[in-house]
Amino acid sequence: MQQNNPNTAEKIDEQAEETAVTESDTPTKTHAIDMSSIIKPGVEAKLADEKVCIEVSNFNLFYSGSQALKDISLTIPEKKVTAFIGPSGCGKSTLLRCFNRMNDLIDGVTIDGTIKLEGNDIFDKSINVADLRRRVGMVFQKPNPFPKSIYENVAYGLRIQGIKDRRTIDTGVERSLRGAALWDEVKDRLDDLAMGLSGGQQQRLVIARAIAIEPEVILLDEPASALDPISTLKIEELIYELKDKYTIVIVTHNMQQAARVSDYTAYMYMGEMIEFNDTSTLFTNPNEKMTEDYITGRYG
Amino acid sequence: MKNSVVSQHISKQFDDELENVRGKVLAMGGLVEQQLNNAIKSLVGGDLDLASSVVDTEVQVNSYDVSIDQECTKILARRQPAASDLRLVMAITKTITDLERVGDEAEKIAKMGIELADKHGPKSYYIGINAMGNLVSRMLHDALDAFARMDSKKAVEVAGKELESDDQYVAILRQLITYMMEDPRNISGALDAVWVARALERIGDHSRNICENIIYLVEGKDVRHTSIKYMEEIVSDH
Repeated sequence: MQQNNPNTAEKIDEQAEETAVTESDTPTKTHAIDMSSIIKPGVEAKLADEKVCIEVSNFNLFYSGSQALKDISLTIPEKKVTAFIGPSGCGKSTLLRCFNRMNDLIDGVTIDGTIKLEGNDIFDKSINVADLRRRVGMVFQKPNPFPKSIYENVAYGLRIQGIKDRRTIDTGVERSLRGAALWDEVKDRLDDLAMGLSGGQQQRLVIARAIAIEPEVILLDEPASALDPISTLKIEELIYELKDKYTIVIVTHNMQQAARVSDYTAYMYMGEMIEFNDTSTLFTNPNEKMTEDYITGRYG
Repeated sequence: MKNSVVSQHISKQFDDELENVRGKVLAMGGLVEQQLNNAIKSLVGGDLDLASSVVDTEVQVNSYDVSIDQECTKILARRQPAASDLRLVMAITKTITDLERVGDEAEKIAKMGIELADKHGPKSYYIGINAMGNLVSRMLHDALDAFARMDSKKAVEVAGKELESDDQYVAILRQLITYMMEDPRNISGALDAVWVARALERIGDHSRNICENIIYLVEGKDVRHTSIKYMEEIVSDH
């Protein structure tokens, strides 16, 4: 269910949620050779070594009667990149939007089953949705900066959190912009309107805004599909850097992108989870014939 | 999957590209197989013309090697194949390297034949070599057959024969050493025969490599540097 043009009311709501703050410690990268990916154990064995961030169990979702998600169960590991791939209408965006309850905003949606974030059911009555969306930030296909300055776009989330100290906000803005690999390009024009940035820069600004409030999870819904190849690579590089600190879930139509950026990949079809696997295995030797047909271009 | 390895893509053109490159590998394989058979025949029968035709064929084999490689590179760059398509391209690039080397070994054997035609060693040097030649030539033939059919079970069977060819190599070596000990004047001729046996043993190895590539292509499991028993398990897994 692709929903690339959310109505205006939703949009403002969404924008408020993806605001944000980063820590300044530089991400540490490891380049050690992962033998397990050579020996290729089952994905379960590999997942057993991961910390669970989001756990989906027997999850169903209906849009006014028609079933969009069918009995989905999967585990999203912490501080890894998980990609959802599948043809249009397979439910990957719908599933992504469940993680911060964005589907609450759509009339006629009913769900059953559970989604747990760090062990807590996110559909529980006791959950504060605004707080959930602070913990689970989201970035959309089309960059949607506020019609404000670059600085204010990133500062916004800090301000609504009640932070008033100018210096704290300054530091937060710089951290976030650095975290989103945009600082060097905008540091001399922080007061310019965000709308003046290029599409790729706007998308990174929106990511900076999302990480400013220090979420735990970042949901990316086709974050690079409206960008040119260079901007796309910058976003992908950014995803690689961000996964040291955040759990990232990305929906993409670009299979090569999923192959490049993700650690785990889920292939969905007609609302069902067909295969969830280690990305290298899924793209070289998938378990399911349906996955094979889709990634080799035999689908249809 | 096995029957649709190169077909049924949404892009018909991609089907054609893969089919074309696969066809070329088989053509190259056929050429190399012929080269090997002629090399053995020319050596055993002392046929100089046949031997020089083997040497001449090398040019064609090399040009197949280069052009298949180029096509694989093109497919990788333009199609970004995944899963079985990717494995097919990878298996092909490795297989043609093995085929090219088999061609080189066959050429060595033929050249040795040309040289040996001048000397007169006892015919008995080549009885064992002829038998071993038939064995590795059948291995190569069956490996190419398994490739054409994408038949991993057959590939395991063929790979298993490599041990047999190793055994024959050892036996030939022992026999030739006996000749050398009997009369030091045999040493020069027997050494040449050792080189031929060595080339055949290498061809057995390359044929096994080709079989391993087929298993990788069909089963998605890398079985290089493993035992035949492990390969059997992989293939019978489903």
